[in-house]
Amino acid sequence: MHRTGELYGQFETLEQQKETAALGMWVFLVTEVLFFGGMFLTYTINRRAFGTAFGICSNTLDIKLGAGNTVVLILSSLTMAMAVWSAQVGKKKLASIFLIATLGLGTVFLGVKAIEYKQKFDHHLIPGRSFDMKYHPAHPMPGDDLEELDKEKQEVDKAFAVDPDINAHGQLYFSLYFGMTGLHALHMIIGAGLLLWLIKASFAGRFTPQYNTPVEVVGLYWHFVDIVWIYLFPLLYLIDRHR
Amino acid sequence: MPHEDYLNARYGIRSWLLTTDHKRIALLWLGSVTVFFFIGGLFATMIRIHLLTPTGYLVTPETYNKLFTMHGVAMIFFFLIPSIPAVLGNFLIPLMIGAKDLAFPKLNLLSWYIYMIGGCFVLYSFATGGLDTGWTFYTPLSSIYSNSAVTPAVIGIFINGFSSILTGLNFIVTIHTMRAPGMTWFRLPLFVWAHYATSMIMILGTPVIAITLLLVGLERMFHLGFFNPALGGDPILFQHLFWFYSHPAVYIMILPAMGVISEIIPTFARKPIFGYSFIAGSSIAIAVIGFLVWAHHMFVTGESVYAALTFSFLSYLVAIPSAVKVFNWTSTLYKGSISWDTPMIYAFGFIGLFLIGGLTGLFLACLGLDIHIHDTYFVVAHFHYIMVGGAVMGYVGGLHFWWPKITGRLYPEALARTAAITLFVGFNLTFFPQFILGYLGMPRRYHTYPPEFQVLNVLSTAGASILALGYLLPMLYLTWSMRYGKVAGQNPWPATGLEWKTDSPPPTENFDVTPEVTWEPYDFKNRPDLGLAAGAPSLAPAHGDD
Amino acid sequence: MSEHIVSPKIYLVIFASLMLGTGITVWAAFQDFGKFNIVIALVIATIKATLVVLYFMHARYSPRRTQMVIVCSVFWLAIMLALTLTDYDTRSPRETRLAPSAISQLLRA
Repeated sequence: MHRTGELYGQFETLEQQKETAALGMWVFLVTEVLFFGGMFLTYTINRRAFGTAFGICSNTLDIKLGAGNTVVLILSSLTMAMAVWSAQVGKKKLASIFLIATLGLGTVFLGVKAIEYKQKFDHHLIPGRSFDMKYHPAHPMPGDDLEELDKEKQEVDKAFAVDPDINAHGQLYFSLYFGMTGLHALHMIIGAGLLLWLIKASFAGRFTPQYNTPVEVVGLYWHFVDIVWIYLFPLLYLIDRHR
Repeated sequence: MPHEDYLNARYGIRSWLLTTDHKRIALLWLGSVTVFFFIGGLFATMIRIHLLTPTGYLVTPETYNKLFTMHGVAMIFFFLIPSIPAVLGNFLIPLMIGAKDLAFPKLNLLSWYIYMIGGCFVLYSFATGGLDTGWTFYTPLSSIYSNSAVTPAVIGIFINGFSSILTGLNFIVTIHTMRAPGMTWFRLPLFVWAHYATSMIMILGTPVIAITLLLVGLERMFHLGFFNPALGGDPILFQHLFWFYSHPAVYIMILPAMGVISEIIPTFARKPIFGYSFIAGSSIAIAVIGFLVWAHHMFVTGESVYAALTFSFLSYLVAIPSAVKVFNWTSTLYKGSISWDTPMIYAFGFIGLFLIGGLTGLFLACLGLDIHIHDTYFVVAHFHYIMVGGAVMGYVGGLHFWWPKITGRLYPEALARTAAITLFVGFNLTFFPQFILGYLGMPRRYHTYPPEFQVLNVLSTAGASILALGYLLPMLYLTWSMRYGKVAGQNPWPATGLEWKTDSPPPTENFDVTPEVTWEPYDFKNRPDLGLAAGAPSLAPAHGDD
Repeated sequence: MSEHIVSPKIYLVIFASLMLGTGITVWAAFQDFGKFNIVIALVIATIKATLVVLYFMHARYSPRRTQMVIVCSVFWLAIMLALTLTDYDTRSPRETRLAPSAISQLLRA
C-alpha cells in the first residue's frame, strides 16, 4: 500500500487497486481457514474417541477467564470495525483512538492467556513427562477453593475409572489446547504488529475517505482471528460443564 | 534487438535479486527449479545404478531409504510443484491477459525468496543425516522413530508451502482483477484457466500440509502424541491430513502442463481448440473433484472398508474431466494442418504418456486390484508416467514453445526434435518395465529384489541413461541459443495469444499500449495479423462445438 | 469491497447480538442437553461467526466473488471434516484405539 494512496505501476485505476487488495486478503484468509481447519479436524477425531478425557480436561480451564477473553476479543472486533468507519468518514483522530483501543484489548487478551498458561504449568497439565491429571487435586495452590478442589478430585477419580488412560488422552487434549490457542495467539501477535503499523500511519494522518484500504484489510484479518476464537472457546472450554 | 526489453532494461545483480518484474522473477525461478531438478535427478541416478543388481552393492539399505526419500522431496516440492506455474505462469499470465504485471509484484518476489529459504532448510537436512521416511513422512516413523534429519526437512517444506500459497494467491487475484478491456473469462487462453484451477488447489490444499508437517515437527520435538498409538493417537489421522493436500498436489503438477498442451495443439494444428468451454470447465472440475479422492492412497493402510468404497468411487469420477481433455485435444487435430515442430512432439508425447498414466491410475483405484499392486513398482510407474511423461514433458514442451518469447531467440530445431524423441524413448524404456515389475510383485522402496527381476531392472536403468541425455540436450542447446540462436520475431509460430502481439523479448511494461481484446481465442480464421497464407485448409468456427 | 459505509449503529447491534450469543453459549453449557450440547454450541458459534463475516467484515456489501470465496472456504473445510469422518465413523471404537494399558497387557501375554 503506497503511503499517499498513489497508484501502483501495475494498476490502471485506484478502484482496481483497492479491489485487488481486498480480494488478496480474502483469498489469504481462505488459506487460514484450512490451516486452522487441520487442527479442528484433529480435535474432532480425538474428541470423538476420548470424550471422557476431553470433558474432564475442559473442566480444568477457568471459564471466567475464557468467557471474559471472549468478550474482550469481540469488543476489539467492534473497535476495529469502528476504526474502519472512522477512516471512511474522515474522522482521523477517532480512527487512531479506535486502533489503539483494538491493540489494547488484544494485549489484554494475550495477557490473560499468559496467566492461563502459567496456571496450567503450575497444575502439571503441560503435555510431557510431568503431566498428571491427579496433581492439582492432590496439591492445593494458594487461592484455591478447597471445596471446589475436592469436587474436582472426585470428578477426576470417576473419570479414571471410566478411562484408565486419562493421563495419556488428557495429554492429547492439552496438546490441542496449547497448539490451537498457541497458534491463535501467534496470529494475534502478528495482528498486534499490523495494528502498530496502522497506528503509526494513522497518526501521520495517512488514512482518508479516499484511501483507507490498509485499515480495511487489517480489519479483515483481525475479524478472522476473532472468528477462530469464537469456535475455540466453546470447543475447548465448554465440554461437559454440566457434570 | 536494438530497443529496450526486460532483459536489457537494467543491469547488475541487484536489478535481478530485487526485481519486481514478473518476467525476471520467472527466470530466477527457472534457475532454481533446474538446480533442484539436478539434485533430484542425482538421487534417481544413484537409485537406478543401485538397482542394476538384485542384492545392490552401491549403497547400504539405510542410505537407499534416504535416496528415494530425498529424490521424492526434491522433485515434488522443489521442482514439480513450482515448475510450470512459477516459470511459465509467472512469465506469461500478465502477458496473456494484457496486464503490466501480476497483482502483487512484491509478493511474487517474496514467493521466490521463501522458496529459496525453504530449499536451504531441506538441503541442510539432506546434508546432515538425510531423510529416510519416504516423501510421504508416514508416522510414527517420521514423528518418533526415524533417526534422520526430519525436523529441518519439515520446516523447509512448511516454509516452501507459503511460496506456493503466495503464487496461487497472486494468480487468482490477478486473473480476477487485472484482465485488459475485452478480455472476458471465455476469451482467456486455456493456459490461464489451467493456472486458475491450479491456484485454487494451492490455496485450499497447501495450508493443510503446512499444519500437518507442523504437527509432525511438534510431535517430534515435544512428544505430543496425535499420531502415536501409545498415547492414544492414530497414524491414520496423519495419513488423512497428509493426503488431503498431497493428492490435490498431483493436480497442481499436471493441470499447468495440460494448460501448456492446450496452447500448443491449436497452434501446430492451426485450428481452434475443440470444445473450449469444456476444457476450461474440466480444469475447474479436476481441481474440485481432486479434493474428494485422497484416501485412495490408504486403501490397505487401515481405513475402514466403507471409506475405501467411497473414495474408490470418487476416484473414478475424477478421471472423467481428464478424459474430456484428451478427447478434445485429439478432436482438435482432426482436419488440422499439423506441423511437427518440437513443442508439438512434446504435446503428442504428453497425450500418449498421460493416457497410460491416467488409465493405470484407474487400475489402482480399483479396490481389489489395489490390494495386489499397492506399494509395488506398478504405482511407481503410474505416477512417473504422469509426472514425467506428462508434467515434465509439458514443462519442457512449454519452455520450447515460449522460448522465442522469453529470450527473443530460436533454438536449433533439428537438434531439439532429436532430443524430444530421445526423451520419449528413454522415458518409456525406463518406466514401462516398471509396470511389469510391479504387476509381478516387486515392492517399491526396497533396496533388493528377487533375481528373476533383474532383466527388467537393467532395462529400466538403461532407459534412465537415455532419459538423462534427453534432458541434458535441451539444457545445453537452450543455453547456447540465448547467445547464438536465430533472432525470433514477434510471433514465429504463429500463435494467437496476446503474448505474441508484443515484442520478443517483451518490454518491461509488457505492452506499449494496453491492448483491447475483440477477438475469440485460437481464432486462426479471423486473425489477418498472423500473416497466415491464403488457401489454408478450412477452419472450424472459433469456439469449436461447445 | 464497495463504498458502502456501514453505520456504527449496525455495528453496535451486531456487538450486542454477539454478547447475547456468548451468554447463551455459556448458560447452555451448564445445562444437560446430552448429545445436543455440542450441537447447540456449534450452532451458536456459527451464527456469531456469520454475523462477524457479514457485518464486521462487510461481506454483506461485498461483490459476489468475495462471497463465493467465503463459501468455498467453508465448503472445503466441510469436505475435509465430512470425508475423514466417513472413515472414523465406520470403524468400531475397539478397532480404532487400543489403550496403552491394553497394549502393555497384550505385550506381557
